[in-house]
Amino acid sequence: MSPTQNRRDFLKKTATVAGLTTIAPGILFYNVSQAKPDGEAVTSKVRWGMLIDTTKCATGCTDCVDACTKEHGLNDNVSAEVAPQWIRKVGLRDKQTGKETSLPMLCQHCEEPPCVDVCPTGASFKRADGIVLVDKHTCIGCRYCMMACPYKARSFIHETLENQKPHSPRGKGTVESCTFCVHKVDKGEQPACVEACSNADHNAIIFGDIKDPESEISKKLAEVSSTALRADMKLNPGVRYQGI
Amino acid sequence: MKEINFQELEGKSAGFYALLAVSGFFLLLGLYAAYNLEHHGHIISGMNNQIVWGIPHVFAIFLILAASGVLNVASISSVFRKTFYNPLARLSVLLAITLLLGGLTVLVLDLGRPDRLIVAMTTYNFKSIFAWNIILYNGFLLISIIYLWFMMERRMKQYYPTAGLVAFVWRILLTTGTGSIFGFLVAREAYNAAIMAPLFIALSLALGLAVFLLVLLIDCWQTHCSLGEGILQRPKKLLAVFIVAVFYFVLAYHLTNLYITGRHGVEYFILANGGIYTVLFWGGYIFLGTIMPLLLLYHDRFTQSRTSIAAAALLTILGGFSLLYVIIVGGQAYPLDIFPGMEVTSSSFFDGVVNSYTPSVWEILLGIGGVSLFVLLTTLALKILPFLPRSLADSDIEPEFRN
Repeated sequence: MSPTQNRRDFLKKTATVAGLTTIAPGILFYNVSQAKPDGEAVTSKVRWGMLIDTTKCATGCTDCVDACTKEHGLNDNVSAEVAPQWIRKVGLRDKQTGKETSLPMLCQHCEEPPCVDVCPTGASFKRADGIVLVDKHTCIGCRYCMMACPYKARSFIHETLENQKPHSPRGKGTVESCTFCVHKVDKGEQPACVEACSNADHNAIIFGDIKDPESEISKKLAEVSSTALRADMKLNPGVRYQGI
Repeated sequence: MKEINFQELEGKSAGFYALLAVSGFFLLLGLYAAYNLEHHGHIISGMNNQIVWGIPHVFAIFLILAASGVLNVASISSVFRKTFYNPLARLSVLLAITLLLGGLTVLVLDLGRPDRLIVAMTTYNFKSIFAWNIILYNGFLLISIIYLWFMMERRMKQYYPTAGLVAFVWRILLTTGTGSIFGFLVAREAYNAAIMAPLFIALSLALGLAVFLLVLLIDCWQTHCSLGEGILQRPKKLLAVFIVAVFYFVLAYHLTNLYITGRHGVEYFILANGGIYTVLFWGGYIFLGTIMPLLLLYHDRFTQSRTSIAAAALLTILGGFSLLYVIIVGGQAYPLDIFPGMEVTSSSFFDGVVNSYTPSVWEILLGIGGVSLFVLLTTLALKILPFLPRSLADSDIEPEFRN
């Protein structure tokens, strides 16, 4: 073997080893990420929805609201008119019968969301699985979505924020609303409000895939009569109420 | 018809410098307010999560409506071929451009993220009437500049009527778009009405002409130019017609709502029980903004006086501003009917109650800043280019109208 060939061999081997060590971690991580369910694209085969049984919702209980505040770090130190509320408790009385009800009110995650229709930049959008979100990078803070929402589900951030939760980014001058805890749902978990209601033993909220006929929510929806708020607007909300 | 000679403002009078200084000062205050709104957030404004659009939007929409309406004077001359209005056409287009710039500045600086203007200009959701409006506003500026160029450049004179027609159609589309921002809001009872578009068009014509007459009167009072009684008569009569047109659409809107049982609540609120909104509707819009100017324009006792014309124009502006406040803020103050048939007994987010709003000084300064930008740009433009006819004396304009 000539010294020239030796050198060529050496260079070849070095290049191969160097190349492999550079690419290999990428290939490995690629496989890892493919293996994780939250790396998969969102699909329209799923539609996330919520069924709220108002007969189980306790008057005066705010566990769902508190859980949301904690989960998303919504404890802004501002007046009530300005404070963001992704979920709120509302007390109602039927004008004809006098029947009293208590229920949580949140973004209804409509199939035909007016907030998405009116948004000039497309920052308000609906994921394939039905979750309505705001892209904080393209929201210009015009608040037209807040004018358009029939449920008053959206809030505008009026002040500088500190100590935000990394999984729930928020920004001054943009609009926000309930995300159905998308960061948890994508990991196969339940939204914070649903967990809190269950922990309090009220079990008033069922969350799940309303397109899967075998899911708990689908079975329940098929069994009991439920109401879509402002059904006259034909928005087909993903949140339904039982007992109103 | 006689050749019309145009000229620049001499721009040496104390009045000219005073106007520059005052408008410049208020523009700076407006910019300072915008900086503070951006720096501290909208927390320093009176707007909140219940009333999301406030006094800046009233100012902005007022200026945008006046912008499209003021162009009407030029349209009458180039689209409807009334040569009588020719000498006024240049000023009309100039005011359209400067008013729109003033209005858009307020609208943009009120955004939560005005720094993202480039996003609004490049990322469109075409189902949004707001996105359409961005295109309509930019197009209006471009078309008006071309229109003005064709008007002032002798070589382009042959294309001038075409440009005038395009501008006329565009401005109708633009005001339709502005009205539809509210007309398309299906969830709120005070809006969700197709009549918002023609109502806004009529309002734009009245506001635009009122602003035009005021500018003309102020200019001729300051520069002592000869402004004939004849030349004031026609726009004056037209202003009265526009005021009546606005009233007609307002009447049709309220009668429709009064007929629909489901809307009695919001009607009762605006017309009878809405506090400031009821006062502004009856006192501001109906009495000061409609009855008074009509009286000043039509009654024999006042009709010949220039002070009456100026007062009528001012009152029209005041009335239009009041009406816009009632529509924009009053419409949001009335609660959303999220639970039909139910009464809200408790809520931490002000469901079912009338929302209150008190504009802060910052928002008011921002709005005044937009008006100041309009005044400043107009004054400077009048000094730089010949927009004003040398004489507006009756004998210099046209023999036709004297009979």
